Amino acid sequence: MERRETGCRPAHPVAIRVMHWIGVYAMGCMIFSGWEIYNASPSLPFLFPTWTGLGGWLGGALAWHLSAMWLLFADGIAYLIYGLASGHFRRDLKPPRPAEMMHDLGAALRGRLMHHIGHYNAVQRVLYGGVIIAVILQVLTGLAIWKPVQLGWLTGLFGGYPITRDIHLATMFGIVAFVLIHVAMVVLHPRTLKSMIVTVPAEIEADR
Amino acid sequence: MSAQRNKPAVSVADIRPDMERLRRRGFLRNALSLGALTMLTGCDLATHSGIDAALEAMLRFDDRVQAALFSRQRLAQTYPASDITRPYRFNAYYAEWQVRQAPDNWGLNVSGLVVDRRPWTLPALLALPQHEQITRHICIEGWSQIGQWSGVQLGTFLRHVGADLSARYVSFKCFDGYSTSIDMASALQPQTILALDFEEKPLAPQWGAPLRLRIPTKLGFKSAKNLEAIEVTNKYPGGYWENQGYDWFAGV
Repeated sequence: MERRETGCRPAHPVAIRVMHWIGVYAMGCMIFSGWEIYNASPSLPFLFPTWTGLGGWLGGALAWHLSAMWLLFADGIAYLIYGLASGHFRRDLKPPRPAEMMHDLGAALRGRLMHHIGHYNAVQRVLYGGVIIAVILQVLTGLAIWKPVQLGWLTGLFGGYPITRDIHLATMFGIVAFVLIHVAMVVLHPRTLKSMIVTVPAEIEADR
Repeated sequence: MSAQRNKPAVSVADIRPDMERLRRRGFLRNALSLGALTMLTGCDLATHSGIDAALEAMLRFDDRVQAALFSRQRLAQTYPASDITRPYRFNAYYAEWQVRQAPDNWGLNVSGLVVDRRPWTLPALLALPQHEQITRHICIEGWSQIGQWSGVQLGTFLRHVGADLSARYVSFKCFDGYSTSIDMASALQPQTILALDFEEKPLAPQWGAPLRLRIPTKLGFKSAKNLEAIEVTNKYPGGYWENQGYDWFAGV
């Protein structure tokens, strides 16, 4: 299938690129310091390897976690405002119809799904939409276990402190699973990495 | 007690707190870590590097946010007696067999910005109105458990000794070497108590006999056991864990 470039609009506007990489740093700090915090009192029968922890000990890890959360929060709010105001969500991340999703998922699993830089297929829309919801859930459950008394209504909404802590851990696994799939896709299509760093024109979506 | 006598002169448990502290101070840290990969190795609040200073500044910002979120009227959830966690988990900066007995001549010393500095005895504390609570104790490590305490509301006590209620800090010293401090607003929250009883019995030594702080609006390390002195002050008092890098306000 032929790929052509339009030059009309960048695959990713510069605002998206900046917020993406700030988000990568903030989420990295949150995940790796979170693993160190988990290790202080594991609720599952395993520990994260010591070398993956950020902060060196529980106090250091919490300092990282409670610092990077503001960066993640600010970046996330900016992204949500931008996504709504610019039409990015409406244009690019519209939930696909089931038939569309089945078609693209089938093609993806057979390794036949085409990716056009600057356009989002059904599988991408579901994954990117899903991780946005997961990060919002992670911020909310994080607030709920940080302040289970002052924000007790929020903790209560999730089912109380111990359950909210479990949801926070489970959502982390969901986000990490997304990151693994996302990075694997970038490895398969390295030109997408370039489009998230420098201005690359969006490709014209070829006929299916 | 006999198990204690059979222990070697120096056991692992003996030196564990020191080992922990050494590890935390960074001397025994693994050479390779994600910190190292990001050239942030040693950024664990122990080195006072630029990044450590930034983290400490962020923790002070977090403290201000927490103080703003805090309301003296907001109560921690209370539970029925059937929800009490049994067995209740012992936790301290030392092992359970190292628990200290209260000195024979125990008294609670009061100092700082107070009118009446006379030391308090247990009968005098028991003569004050008692407050009972079944609340969740949340450890900074993430685990939690529900326990039952009763004792004197700290606000009642502070008014009794004529404390300056506009002072910033209330500081606690313990005869087991521990210390901590809290803000005045949290000290006056009605569920903040000087606990005398645990599960309707006088505190046993491992639960902080004869007197401990119980403050369900803060993380567990603020609920200091084995109290021996209370000071009301405007000078930041810090505390055992706070001085090592736990965030001071530690509200929940």
